Amino acid sequence: MEIKEIIEYLQNYQGPVIRLMEVCGSHTAAISKFGIRDLLSDRIELISGPGCPVCVTPSAYVDRLIELAKEPNTCVATFGDLLRVPGSSKSLSESKADGANAQMVYSPMDILKLAKDNPMTNYVFAAVGFETTAPLYALLIEEAMKQNLSNIRILTALKSMPNVIAYLLRNEAQIDGFLAPGHVCAITGADYFGKLAEEFHIPFAVSGFGDEELVVAIYGLVRMIEQKETGVKNFYPSVVESGGNAVALDKLNTYFEPCTVAWRGMGEIEGSGFCLRKEYAQFDAGSIGLKEDKKKNHACRCGEILMGKAKPTDCPLFARVCNPSNPQGACMVSYEGSCFTAFQTKA
Amino acid sequence: MEKIIMEHGSGGRATGELIRTIFEDAFSNPVLSQMEDAAVIPGGAQIAMTTDSFVVTPLEFPGGDIGRLCVCGTVNDLLMRGATPKYMTCGFILEEGAEVALLKRLVQSMAQTAREAGVMVVAGDTKVIEGNGGIYINTTGVGIVPTDVDIKAANAKVGDKILVSGTMGDHHATILSSRMNIQNKIVSDNAPLNEMVLQLLEQGIKVHVLRDVTRGGLGTVLKELAQSSHCEFEVEQDLIPVSATVKDFCGLLGLDPLYMGNEGKLVAIVDPEDEAKALEIIRLARYGKDAVTIGTVTAEHPTGNVLLKTHIGGRRSIDILQGEGLPRIC
Repeated sequence: MEIKEIIEYLQNYQGPVIRLMEVCGSHTAAISKFGIRDLLSDRIELISGPGCPVCVTPSAYVDRLIELAKEPNTCVATFGDLLRVPGSSKSLSESKADGANAQMVYSPMDILKLAKDNPMTNYVFAAVGFETTAPLYALLIEEAMKQNLSNIRILTALKSMPNVIAYLLRNEAQIDGFLAPGHVCAITGADYFGKLAEEFHIPFAVSGFGDEELVVAIYGLVRMIEQKETGVKNFYPSVVESGGNAVALDKLNTYFEPCTVAWRGMGEIEGSGFCLRKEYAQFDAGSIGLKEDKKKNHACRCGEILMGKAKPTDCPLFARVCNPSNPQGACMVSYEGSCFTAFQTKA
Repeated sequence: MEKIIMEHGSGGRATGELIRTIFEDAFSNPVLSQMEDAAVIPGGAQIAMTTDSFVVTPLEFPGGDIGRLCVCGTVNDLLMRGATPKYMTCGFILEEGAEVALLKRLVQSMAQTAREAGVMVVAGDTKVIEGNGGIYINTTGVGIVPTDVDIKAANAKVGDKILVSGTMGDHHATILSSRMNIQNKIVSDNAPLNEMVLQLLEQGIKVHVLRDVTRGGLGTVLKELAQSSHCEFEVEQDLIPVSATVKDFCGLLGLDPLYMGNEGKLVAIVDPEDEAKALEIIRLARYGKDAVTIGTVTAEHPTGNVLLKTHIGGRRSIDILQGEGLPRIC
């Protein structure tokens, strides 16, 4: 089938309303960037899920980062997005002006050189992310040990996908199918979501991040729903193999173990994250028990938006008090956040 | 906004807020409040005037340096009002420890670019402060605007064609590559655009709007122009030129060329009758060989809107740059 025919099919779809959730922040950003909603019938809804790593980070985590960044001889290193996520009152970026020492880096590995060049400074990397990013932090710890660098630690807010998806489905999320995250599946393998598909009788389509890849995966998912199929179909075979990436998985499991972590707006979910194993506890900067989740603004509906129960435009703050230069919730900060992407593409 | 943070220098929304609340309030006058690239002020003839500060690191980068950049930035702002650049001043702020040999190279590069752009550096100042070898330059530029020329952001009209003079994102990608220590073949496009602008005017093209695509990138520029003109623009993603190397670089880092700055490219909004001739003139001029039409001013719109038709055929609105334009995290 030509891509043109696929688009025509999706444009002309007249069946029952279908609600599809993309659980990866990069999918949210790509769908918005390529204008994909504009190609679909009104009866196919795309809903963003809890897959933007900084969006799901609770306020206690940001507060702890700020606390660390204000300690003497300490520097918090982070990816750019996280600098602006509000904690219970301020973001790391705002706290920088109050004397917090935080630095943006492009890769966790950048702090190896920083730590070597500045042995008197303690570096803390803000280790947020999903199954995709966790192996990188494992490599960081491995390298730090190899190079005998004792001034590197990480503050983890590492999440895994399956249990949060199960949480959504158990909490009455109205979702007919999932666009499964291609990057996560590249590490874990496409089978990762098989058990969920079986348990909840719901289809998953593993998708890449290009415009045609997304359209093809959405079409695949719509067809599975129409034909009442469940299971996982891999529409990203060029990158995702069924067994995943054994080397990355091995690194992940060597340094981290599954644990219960808190999600913004959803609270603690059992087995939904990764923490450092206790053999490597000296590399942890106090990640355990960071579950408090205080809203900067009480009207913020980030939590419901992350669960697919509300759209950004349903929030009374959206595009009024809350905008990218004055974000009230994490979903308005990240380039992958559903509120941010909705704000950027609104007319 | 209690303290200055890096985002205030992004060229996007925070910069706009800083300018509005601090500078526009204090200096408010009818000329400044137009918020154009250069002020056109009454006098014997019309004089265009602009000022800019240059704080780039590294000071030297593939294809240019802060000396060339400060002339290009200043001259281009004057040209965007249809002015012929004539004079400029420069104030150097030098941090203790700056290499004199480097300063000499930068000043020579500046002088050479000034000759190319036909401006005379008529006044200058130097201050030295404590620091770590940094060099910053502030400039003021003056140009003459013929009395019959009226080019400004508010002048786009329904039916007008939207042209760009070349590939997007080159300068931004160059600076980012240098700062991230990534080796590639990308070079800055920093260049004075005198020839193309003055040729457009000399040959009687009905140019309604000119804007150089600097910080904030094409997306920001188009949205600002649509807002000023109270119009809706429709542009096609596939028509926006981006070099293959910049495209790859952006793909790798998750950056959008639509929000990456240049220092030698412009947007021209022209009367549809003159589209073909305008393109030919820009393409024949120095630094304009890749000029193309990317879209049309399609309708009036009270608050200004820019619709982007994507490669796969979807349409979405685009906004000004938010935040600092940082790479994605996973």
